Amino acid sequence: MSLKATREAYGEALLALGRSNNRIVALDADLSQSTYSAGFAKAFPDRFFNVGVAEADLIGTAAGLAAAGKIPFASTFAVFATGRVYDQIRNSVAYSRFNVKIVGSHSGVTVGEDGASHQALEDISLMRSLPGMTIIVPADAPEAYRATLAAADWEGPVYLRLGRPKTAPVLPSDAPFQIGRGLLLKSGRDICLLSTGSMTAVALEAAAILAEQDIYATVIHLPTIKPLDKEMIIEGAAKTGAVITLEEHSIIGGLGSAVAELLGEYRPTLLKRLGVPDCFGQSGTAEALLKHYGLTPSRVATVAGEMVKNRGA
Amino acid sequence: MLAAEEIRRLQEQARLLRIDILSMIAAAGSGHPGGSLSLVEIFTALYFKIMTLDPRRPGAEDRDRLVLSKGHAAPVLYAALASRGFFPRDTLSTLRRLGSPLQGHPARHCLPGVEVSTGSLGQGLSVANGMALAARLDDAPWRVYVVLGDGECQEGQVWEAAMTSSHYRLDNLTAFLDYNGLQIDGPTDQVKNLEPLADKWCSFGWNVLSIDGHSFSEILAAVEEAHCRRGQPTMIIAETVKGKGVPFMENRVEWHGVAPNREQLKEALAGLGKKEAEEN
Repeated sequence: MSLKATREAYGEALLALGRSNNRIVALDADLSQSTYSAGFAKAFPDRFFNVGVAEADLIGTAAGLAAAGKIPFASTFAVFATGRVYDQIRNSVAYSRFNVKIVGSHSGVTVGEDGASHQALEDISLMRSLPGMTIIVPADAPEAYRATLAAADWEGPVYLRLGRPKTAPVLPSDAPFQIGRGLLLKSGRDICLLSTGSMTAVALEAAAILAEQDIYATVIHLPTIKPLDKEMIIEGAAKTGAVITLEEHSIIGGLGSAVAELLGEYRPTLLKRLGVPDCFGQSGTAEALLKHYGLTPSRVATVAGEMVKNRGA
Repeated sequence: MLAAEEIRRLQEQARLLRIDILSMIAAAGSGHPGGSLSLVEIFTALYFKIMTLDPRRPGAEDRDRLVLSKGHAAPVLYAALASRGFFPRDTLSTLRRLGSPLQGHPARHCLPGVEVSTGSLGQGLSVANGMALAARLDDAPWRVYVVLGDGECQEGQVWEAAMTSSHYRLDNLTAFLDYNGLQIDGPTDQVKNLEPLADKWCSFGWNVLSIDGHSFSEILAAVEEAHCRRGQPTMIIAETVKGKGVPFMENRVEWHGVAPNREQLKEALAGLGKKEAEEN
């Protein structure tokens, strides 16, 4: 199976968009090789703007391009694309209702060795609180490609969250991508695993481990954190009575919080949020970090098994 | 040279904008008169002489764009837009009220003629750069104007954007700096000195012109010079008087963000020669 990072697929999709639509423009803040916007830059130098190491200016310039009818994709590392420029996104983009696509690569702990300063663990939380913001977190490269095309078609600000490591495809090759829709990947009666981004691969592997123990999991991939596929989540919770959320993000403010808010209000259900606990990340290999924070199939299966057992009959 | 008659027309328009600014802030009971009044001549020149605009088609693709980066000067923008016919003048009295399109700071989706929501300082020049880049991509003739405050230049993003404007040689962009010398906590040279301000912009690659921001002939000449400049953005540093046109407000820092009461409004309007017939 060919391995590819979601950021690479983004670069390919951006290039395709550039060919088909001359309203597409791209911006970067000195990280175009890493975010893969460099391919677009080479093909369409007139429509690519490097603003240097100046993320606030990156967002504002993108807003101005959108104001004049362009469809700007502004990319940099997720940690700089969101938290560093929260107020620029809030006022110049979201409050102004500009059609800007903000692309954050190198999200989560799988940035690895660069450590906490470069590991965006709060970005979904920040973006989720902004009115009108759409948040997309693809599970694999093919989905990242489709999500990029969908973001271009979507009218309004989008935050597209991408990862650094090369990963194997996890979704069916014909999986549809629609903003606001989840994907039911597995249907089981005992527990519901709700995952986003890189954690969907982990959820599927955990479900396989659980099946060997005669515990059958429903697995729902949620590539859009906002708007959330409320119906699918409530259905999954209602069917199983126990929910685990999985994300490469702080357990505060991201998918886990969104699901807790939804279920708390509409369908109170036994819930466990898995992600990075309330702490900063640290250096290490991606694999070591995922293990350290319990984001592995075996750990998820253990937590799920305990939940099912403790819930009783 | 401008005909004396043209200058008189603009001066009369400026007087009417000042009356509207003071009246709407007084009606709202809050707002920022000082930094709105210092911009009156610049806005009058832009909206009644320089910019290509059609109030009936506020979203027209070929319009000139203005970004009010110092969003707290919303009243001068609102007064100019109303006078130009973008919305009925009686809307001005709803400033800052619940549900009003005239938000405390300009909100793009609320009011035709507002190009971007501002109020959080330091962001407008970046947005103006993006607009100017888009115009150039489309080979479009429209121009971008951006108005910055002096205290606002303490924001780091202004200088990020200043580098972008000159790097991309945005000669379709003209900036005004409202150099009234006062910010909320006091004179700019005491809060955090901006000088040498013209040298700063020069060294960032801008064509810099320093003018009297209350002189129509100087404003118009500077803009004309900016339009002729190739390959470089122009910064017009406009020396202004905060609270200009209202003697008891002029150069007084306490009038940055306070509304005049009824008596003060009466005195201010009388000073502007507002006739009874113009009232309401």
